Parts: sequence; structure tokens; C-alpha cells
Amino acid sequence: MPKLTINGQAVDVPAGTNLIEAARKIGVEVPHYCYHPALSIAGQCRLCMVDVEKTPRPTIACNTLAADGMAVWTETDRVKETRKSIMEFHLINHPLDCPVCDQAGECGLQIYYMKHGLYDPRMRDEKVHKPKAVPLGAHVILDAERCILCSRCVRFCDEVTGTGELGIFSRGDESEIGLFPGKELANKYSGNVVDICPVGALTDRDFRFAVRVWYLDSATSICPGCARGCNIEVHVNRRRPHHNDGRRVARLKPRFNADVNRWWICDDGRYGFAFVDDTSRLVIPRWSRDGALGDATWEEAIAAVAGALQRFAPDEIGVVASPKMANEDLWALRRILESRGIRRVAFRVPPRTPGDEDTLLIRRDKNPNSLGAELLGLEGDGAAILAAARARQVKCLWVFGHDLLASAWPVTETDAALRALELLIFTGPSANATSERAHFTLPAAAWVEREGTYTNFEGRVQRFRQAVQPLGQALPEWDILGRVLRALGVEAGATRAERWFRELASGVPAFTGLTYQSIGDGGAALSAPPGGGAAGSHLVSGHPPMGPGSRSPLP
Amino acid sequence: MTATKILTRNFERADSHTLAAYRETGGYAAWQKAETLEPAAITEEVKQSNLRGLGGAGFPTGTKWSFIPKHHAGPVYLVINADEGEPGTFKDRYLLERDPHALIEGMLIAARAIRSATGFVYIRGEYIEPWRRFSAAVKEAYDAGYLGRGFDVVVHRGAGAYICGEETGLISSLEGKKGWPKLKPPFPAIKGAFGAPTIVNNVETICCVPHILTRGAAWFAALGTKTQGGTRMYSVSGRVRRPGVYEASVAITLRALIDDLAGGVTGNGRLKAVVPGGSSAAILRADEIDVTMDVDGLRNAGTMAGSAGVIVMDETVSIPEALMVVARFYAHESCGQCTPCRESTGWIYKMVRRIVEGRGRKDDLDTILDVARRGAGTTICAFYDGAVGPYVSYIEKFRAEFEALIPR
Repeated sequence: MPKLTINGQAVDVPAGTNLIEAARKIGVEVPHYCYHPALSIAGQCRLCMVDVEKTPRPTIACNTLAADGMAVWTETDRVKETRKSIMEFHLINHPLDCPVCDQAGECGLQIYYMKHGLYDPRMRDEKVHKPKAVPLGAHVILDAERCILCSRCVRFCDEVTGTGELGIFSRGDESEIGLFPGKELANKYSGNVVDICPVGALTDRDFRFAVRVWYLDSATSICPGCARGCNIEVHVNRRRPHHNDGRRVARLKPRFNADVNRWWICDDGRYGFAFVDDTSRLVIPRWSRDGALGDATWEEAIAAVAGALQRFAPDEIGVVASPKMANEDLWALRRILESRGIRRVAFRVPPRTPGDEDTLLIRRDKNPNSLGAELLGLEGDGAAILAAARARQVKCLWVFGHDLLASAWPVTETDAALRALELLIFTGPSANATSERAHFTLPAAAWVEREGTYTNFEGRVQRFRQAVQPLGQALPEWDILGRVLRALGVEAGATRAERWFRELASGVPAFTGLTYQSIGDGGAALSAPPGGGAAGSHLVSGHPPMGPGSRSPLP
Repeated sequence: MTATKILTRNFERADSHTLAAYRETGGYAAWQKAETLEPAAITEEVKQSNLRGLGGAGFPTGTKWSFIPKHHAGPVYLVINADEGEPGTFKDRYLLERDPHALIEGMLIAARAIRSATGFVYIRGEYIEPWRRFSAAVKEAYDAGYLGRGFDVVVHRGAGAYICGEETGLISSLEGKKGWPKLKPPFPAIKGAFGAPTIVNNVETICCVPHILTRGAAWFAALGTKTQGGTRMYSVSGRVRRPGVYEASVAITLRALIDDLAGGVTGNGRLKAVVPGGSSAAILRADEIDVTMDVDGLRNAGTMAGSAGVIVMDETVSIPEALMVVARFYAHESCGQCTPCRESTGWIYKMVRRIVEGRGRKDDLDTILDVARRGAGTTICAFYDGAVGPYVSYIEKFRAEFEALIPR
């Protein structure tokens, strides 16, 4: 552990730590562009100069490792002068087109010019001209004139995705970022180059000209796109709703979590939020019967669902919960199932096309909370429930979110099952072919419209926060289910997600000790590791897993 | 002072490039001797000779060799920098064309000293005849059994970039990458070509090595000054009566080189300025040429020996125009990796060009000087510092000439 001083302050860092990270540890920011902790050291921008005692001139902090006894000064006069010079060099050929640049407001050039530049511009010659508005792929667009050639994007494609689409071509001040011949920036993580681009050279085609970043509000969240549970920020435009055609969610950005996704998210996750403001959203409780349909109040809808749960015998009711539901929702559902003695429950619906997977982040399971659903004891045989429906044993089916008709199950069999039902209830944020067949649809809030927790595939419980109000009359599932529970005459005190979680944590041993506070923004590991047979078995009353067609193992 | 012919001793022979001619004049005897020496003894002999790198930086060669980690397991590479690109320099071309076996013999000895089994010779792409001649010599050396018995030589051609003459830019290029200089540390002797310890030496430097072995370090050291041994080959160009390559002691004065060897100044016959060590060296006025041409002599004169490319300008030469040509070269050749160099070489060229074209502004000269000084020492390699040499010296020493071009 080298011990050194930075600006006179002592700091211990692990061997191999460079001076940027060592300074960061004591809250000192060494300005830099090309350095990124996830990428190899390029040492190209030359901005991170610091003074190291007994060194004749300022040296770059990114390529200097902390050493025992080293004395580092980050704010000497000559360091400040050097930074100022480097800022001038960065900007002499920059087009200074901030008014039309999406990066404005979060641009490394703007921020550092104000902090470290503030020189009087002297460049009065014609600037170098380079290609502008060049699409690199489906998601990323390049303005080569704004590029400062830090090579972060190139190194990302070389070192993180290993796809190597980008290079720096030509020489001197004609150098420019570009695609190798015949290549397209089409890797599954392409959007990350926009995040790591410190300037407006690489911008997001989906976000392009949509909204100025200073109008954005942010909520910490979790990507619901797969079982990884990448940490994200949801950026929403509440203050200028007329911008971006009224789309409320402007973009998703990865949020650093060393244990989950580091700095990255995949493109499927990044651009997977379009459904939130889509016209397919369910926004009002509705009923449908014999070709007639109409709106219902929540009171009517809740009463109807509760009535059905009481009218049908528990064995005549099937429930297909969803691994897209939060832990809180699933706990509320479990309370209902327990109160009515409903045992035909499942949550896994096999997708028609198997999901892709890689070794970086992407998981084959495209649901954020499969492990949570498993731990909450909702494992069961969905196909068997549908078979029971076809046999008219199950007469009432409650489906959460899934489109059973788009699953790997044979459509004709699913269709026959739905047709045979006396009552189909659907709860979810968006309409689909299954919801179209429902007698009652209860609109659920999308994940950005509510809070809750997901348990990722590694057994990490992570919180997501509300970014926008639910669309129309949609409600979080835990709220819908709580209302049903009360209509069933069961005491259900929880009227906030956090309370449901507290109840869940005291009811499910794997979650023991966890609170919203302890989970925080970084997530928390379950007290019992996933995959250990004990994790969910307490909920199944010691029943061994049962074969196809058997009833749900729920107590 | 007259020429001392050691490296160029065979240049007059039409067949000097052949193995037969090389052997006839004592070729490969040094290698025979070296084979009987311990590697450390070879390095020590070279250290004692005060041989300093003749490519530009002037680093002591034996010391450089001693940086290779002792007891390193795995390959060690010897790389010969034959990417002679410094404007005003054309000596390595002569060696490759007229005495290629001297380089091969020098490589064999150097490789033994650093325990290398593979040598790369990186020849600039424009050097077609030197490449042909050298490749033919390599074939002869293989056929004669000098190569291929514990040491192999790979000839690699560059593709036309000045920066590939910078030792780590050269290594990047050799590795198949864009010729971008590498961050130091690690230095090439620790982690160079393909990640292995590597010594990069200039052609001429290595051609000195056989002579040091046959005639002894003391003899070689005595040819030069206290801090630099031997002779070197000066490429003299510009306004002189007999431009060409001249070999002489490193202790020769610039004046003697121009007047005695190159036949004196042409043009209007009156000297205005001399660039003594390739385009990156600071320019000297006519009254500053009584300096010895060794590394320390020229350093003390505020310039550098560099590659010993001597560019002579008579009074009819426009210094602003000369700087414009030089500035255009550096703007064109900057690799673009480091921000200060990438951005300011182009900017400075634009300013100098404007001045030459009569569109200069009053503050341009101070801006150029300030920009040049601010960028100096801030980059990965020495390229930009090499450009700063002419930027600053041309303007400082001939400021009135620039000011005369700027409209009042």
C-alpha cells in the first residue's frame, strides 16, 4: 500500500493505483479526457498534468503510479498554466457550436473551459473541417469536428466489446474517428460510446435534438431488461413536456455499480423504454364481455376481481405472475394466494425465441426479477395451468403482464385455454394479444412510474425509484393487489412500497435484515445465497418439486 | 580539418555493397572476435568507446544496451531504425546502399551483447534502392552462414511517416499498428516490440560497432571529444558548393564542415544561417558556426547535433519561407495522438503561412512563440519539441525579417 501525499494530504492507495484515482480518493479531481478507469491508459489528451516532487516538469497523472513517499501537487501555478494551455489546444479547432449540440450542459469542454481554461481565444484562422452528422450505427452519430480524439470510443470497442469497429484515421489535425471499411457500430453496447465521449462528438440518435439536458430530471433506477439488473438513471423531461413530442422518458443512462454493470449497459436495455410512453399502454381499468366493453372505476374493477376470487373455488383459479413484477408486488400477490388458498400459480412463461446472452452483461433471462419470484415461492408449472384451463378445471385465470399467445407454448393450445375460461383477468402496463382477450384489464404502472425492488440473478436486491407519474389511472401492482386484498377482507396495512418490502423481509428468510435504507442506491446481497436449495423451499412446505401437470408447490 | 574515413572507407568501390568486397576489407573479423567475448564484455567495450546514438537523441549506446533486464527469459529484440526521415539527413541511405554488410555485422555483435536472436531492420518506405541493396546483403549473409545461426534478420519497410522514426512509433508500426509513439514508462528496453525488451539503434550507430571491436574502444573514443567518441557522417545540403555526405570526427567545427569539406557557401556566397542537426535543430546564425559538431558542443550552443543533417542557407534565403516549409512538414507529420502537437502544429503553420503571404497580424509572432513554448514538453514523444526548435529559433534569431512581412 503506497503512502503518498497529494496537496499535502496523506493518502494510502493499493499498489498499481494511478495518481488520478489516488487523488479521487481524497476528493481531489484531476481533470482529464482520455483516461477512463475501465480502459487502457492512452495518455493522449495531456490534460491530467500534475506536479510530482523531484520531477522537472508536470507529468500526466493517468500514467503515473502512486509510489511510497511521493509528493504530488495538483494545483501549482505551472500545473494550472499547463492545463490552461491544453484547454486552448483542445478548443482551437473545435466548432464551438454549443447552441446546437446535444452535449451542451454536460460537455467536458464546457465544464473544463470554465474551470481550467478561461483564456482569451487567439485562434483566428480557418479551423480544420471534418465530416459532420455521420451515422456510425443504429444508435450513434458522429460529428468529427467536435471530436477531441481522446480515443475512449476506440478503446471501448477494442477492449470492452472486442468488436474493433472504430479507429483513428489520418494524421495531425486531420485525424478523425471513423469506422473501419465495411464496419458499422452495431455491437450490443454501442450506446456506451456516447456516455464515455467527453464531448459532443458522439451523440445518441434517439436523444438527438430531443431536449436540452438542463431540462432533465433524474431518478436512480434498475434496468428491467434482463436478470442482470444494470444500475441506471432515468432521465425524464418534466419541465418542458412539449419537447420531444411529449415523450416523458428522454433517455436511460448507465449508473456505475462495481458489482453489477460497472459503467455499462447494453443497447437493448438503454433503448428498451419506448413502451413507457407508447400508445399500447393500458391507462384505465376496463371490462369486456360478449363483445361489449367499457371503462370501469378502480372500485368496480377491484370489487369484480375480489368477487371472482371468492366466487371460484381456489382450485378453479390459476395465476400466472410475472418475473417482471417487483418483489413488493409478488409479496402482495402471495398474500392474496395464501388468503384464498390458491395453489395453481406460476411465473415463468417461456419466450418464443430464446434470449441472447454474453459474458459481459446480457443474460438469457430477459426478466429483472425471476430470482425474486422464485424466492417468494411462486414457482409452478404454467403449461399445466393452461392445460387445466383447457380441461375446464381452471375457470378463472389471472395473468400479469405476459402475452401467453406470444410465448413458446403452442398458440392453438393457449388459445383453447383462454377460450375455455369463464374469466380472464389481466394486469400489466401494456396491452398485448392476451390482454385483448381479458374480461378485466387492470392497468399497471411502468417501472419508471413507481418504486420497488428487483432481485437479480446473483441474488442482489436493488431498488428502483419513481421518475414520472403513472400514465392515466395506472397503479403499481402492489397497490392494485393491496386493494384486492382489502376487498377480500384481509388486513393489508401497507400502502407504500417500502412497507410491503418490510413485510416481505420479515416473511421471507432470504430477505431477512434488508431494508430500503440498507439496499440504498448500490443494492444489497440476499442473506441466503441464490441457488442454495434452501432459498425458496421454506415456502413450499417441504414439498419436493413436482412434475409437469402437478399442482403448484405453494402451501 | 579533413575527412576521416571509417564508416565510409569503402564508399568509393563500385562493389562496396557485396560480401566479397566487405570481406576483402576486413569485414566480419569483428564478429569473429565478438563471438569469443562475453555479452557483458561487448557492452562494456561499447560503453568505453563513448559511442553515442547517431539517429538524433545522442544517447550513449552501451548504456542503452545495459538497460535490457538481466536474466530475462523470453525474446529480446534488436531493432534498427533505418527510417531516416529527418529533413536534411541522408547518411543512412548511403550506408544501406554502399556498406550493408557493416550494418549486418554490427547487428550480429549488438545482438550478442543484448542476447537477442532476432533483429528487425525498419527501412523507410521511400528507400527503395537501399532496401534492395540491404535485402540482397541479408541474403548473402544467410548464404554465408553469418545469419541464421542463432540470429535472424527481418527486413521491414515503412509506409511513409516521419513519426515512425521515433523509436516507439517505429515499434508500433513494426507491430502492425498505426505508428503512434508509446507512453513511457515502460521504456522499450523493458517492454518494447511485441512486449519484449527491445533495443532500437540507428543504422550508423550500429555500423560503428564492428570498428570499435576490431580497433578498440580507446581508439574510437580518441577520434572524438571527451564525451563522444568516433566520427559521424554529416549530410550537408543547401547552399554549398559540394553538397553530400561527409564523414569526419564529431569534434569538427561547423565552419570547417561547410568551408573545408562542402566547399563553402554558394548563392550570393555569404552565409546567413545553418541548421546543424536536421530540421528539428534550432537554427544558427552565420556568427554562431564556430562550434564543434558533437552532441554536447551543439547542445551548449543552444541547438542539437540531432541526425547531423546540415542545412546551409545563404543570404538570399528567406527565413520566414524556410520556417513555413518546416512548419508545413511538422503539421503534416504530427501523428495526431497528443492534443498539443496535433492542434498547434497545424495552427502555427497557418500563422506562418499567413505571414509569408503578407497577411500576418502584429501579435502573430508572439502567439507562435507562446503557443510553441506552452506545448513544449507536454507530449508523449519528442516530435513536438523537435518542431519547437525551429519555430522559436527562426523567429527569435530573424525576427526583423518576419516583422518586415507583416503589414503595419
